Amino acid sequence: MAYLELHNLSKTFGGSGAVVDFDLAVERGEFVSFLGPSGCGKTTTLRMIAGFELPTSGQVTLDGKDLTTKPPNQRNVGMVFQSYALFPNMTVAKNVGFGLKVRGRPKDEVEGRVKEMLELIKMSHLEKRFPYQLSGGQQQRVALARALAIQPHVLLLDEPLSALDAKIRVELRAEIRRIQRELQITTVYVTHDQEEALSISDRVVVMNAGRMEQVGQPFEIYNFPRTEFVAGFVGTLNQLRVTVVEAASGRVAFADQSFLTSGPLEAGKGETVLAMLRPEELHFGVAPGENQLDGKVESVNFLGSLVRIQLSVGPAKVTLDALNERRLNLPRVGEMQTISFPPHAVWVMPAA
Amino acid sequence: MRRRRFWPWFWLALGAIYFFVPLLATGEFSLRAQRDAFSLLAYQRVLQDNQFISSFLFSLRMGILTILFGVLLIVPTTYWVHLRLPRLRPLVELLTLLPFVIPVIVLVFGLIRTYSSPPFRMTTTPATTDILLIGGYMVISLPYLYRSVDVGLRAMDVRSLTEAAQSLGAGWGTILFRVIMPNLRTAVLTGALLTLAIVIGELTLAQYLARPAFGPYMALLGQNRAYEPAALAIMSFGMTWAAMGLIYFLTRGQQAQIGGGH
Repeated sequence: MAYLELHNLSKTFGGSGAVVDFDLAVERGEFVSFLGPSGCGKTTTLRMIAGFELPTSGQVTLDGKDLTTKPPNQRNVGMVFQSYALFPNMTVAKNVGFGLKVRGRPKDEVEGRVKEMLELIKMSHLEKRFPYQLSGGQQQRVALARALAIQPHVLLLDEPLSALDAKIRVELRAEIRRIQRELQITTVYVTHDQEEALSISDRVVVMNAGRMEQVGQPFEIYNFPRTEFVAGFVGTLNQLRVTVVEAASGRVAFADQSFLTSGPLEAGKGETVLAMLRPEELHFGVAPGENQLDGKVESVNFLGSLVRIQLSVGPAKVTLDALNERRLNLPRVGEMQTISFPPHAVWVMPAA
Repeated sequence: MRRRRFWPWFWLALGAIYFFVPLLATGEFSLRAQRDAFSLLAYQRVLQDNQFISSFLFSLRMGILTILFGVLLIVPTTYWVHLRLPRLRPLVELLTLLPFVIPVIVLVFGLIRTYSSPPFRMTTTPATTDILLIGGYMVISLPYLYRSVDVGLRAMDVRSLTEAAQSLGAGWGTILFRVIMPNLRTAVLTGALLTLAIVIGELTLAQYLARPAFGPYMALLGQNRAYEPAALAIMSFGMTWAAMGLIYFLTRGQQAQIGGGH
């Protein structure tokens, strides 16, 4: 039996389902992210674990005990909010010690634990500051220390980095992961940022319209998406409407050209299917044993470490990502170019 | 350039004249109790009057009790509306505005009519009448107290703060008194001082409930004396400014917190 289990969890708001049949088992010490667009039910699910929302049906169990209807202040669950939610009238140390003080722990213990927590987030020198005297990143670190000070069974984070600058976001993300690993704490993390979810988690749950689309390790989610939604939401994707030429070899036709997909196809000859491939699998030039397509360069976007190039191939647009290097010859807009990609990079889904 | 500089100053000066001329005139008049010379005689007489002290202390006591019960009623109610019943906010706002619409005279007759005959016979002893008086004051000060608390709650993220405290194990009492109230210090103080100012000057309720409050005393003095009411007006003006200064002084730190916390 897993440590934290959600059984067929559903939540309905005024007739419409915000979360439908959510079923997940989280192991002790695991880091799981809920990823999806806004309104997909990820925060509602998190709030049901925290006890702020009562499920319409289903069950939440922690270490075998039923938590479903337990009030939030009796669950011993640590929560970190997007808005930090630090108590403005208390210093950093008082904020961190609040949970233990509420529990009526002796003063020595509270002080010791606060000190330990502030060392963990490397903010010991700021213990006497008030929240308004701290930067956003510092405030969120204090909020994390406050949630961890009560030694919660589970740590819940609701878009904790969304209000921060890009650079701080990446730094704090690594810090959250370091602390989570150090304390071996079971963590559920909600985000709409796919890069964040992929980089930080042991497993990712992709959600859409209240339902779980796919659960898996980041590598699996990115490279082997099981639904069209996951494929489209996570990362950039080329989706080409192609016609099956030969099902056994996986050959398909596209804009008067043809190429091979990763294997035999279920669809019959002449049927339309969707061929998918990631922009980073494409490259310029001809490579032996690979597919080739000819296209016209439409735009060149220099993004730093990546260069994103859009080409028109027949009626469709194809995106190609090239890694930047100093010797790179950027193609010019309007040029004709040949692009190549290996057959194993292409997977096929039925066309909607 | 010159033109633009001129008009703002002109309006400022006009406003200043409008406010300060009557004040100066009243002040000057209050010093004229003695013939042919400026003196503090009117002030002396006011302060020596036993009724001045006793009625002022009575109203102060009523004011403090009104604030105490008003805060205990308004803060948890407004907090709950913000947290759980945000859709009721327009309705609650409308309710708190009713004291502006219903004249105090109607309120006091209503109170007397309801509470002077069985089953509630409350107008027979001073102590029970004071309860009615405080109830009436609470109604009159409701718009001011509610507004300041409402503004205070709007300035903080009530829901997240509540949930953060809950997830840390706090119950409702702890949340209200250790998290919400301390962050409403400015708001409650502002509302409290407004309430105090209203109670100290209130006439109708105390008059008809026949209690020895400061309002009726001032009215009586105004009818019978010439220089003393002017002295009283200047003194109450001074007290109001002192109270405002007090708000500013006590809330300096917190203004920064609320301003910088977002």
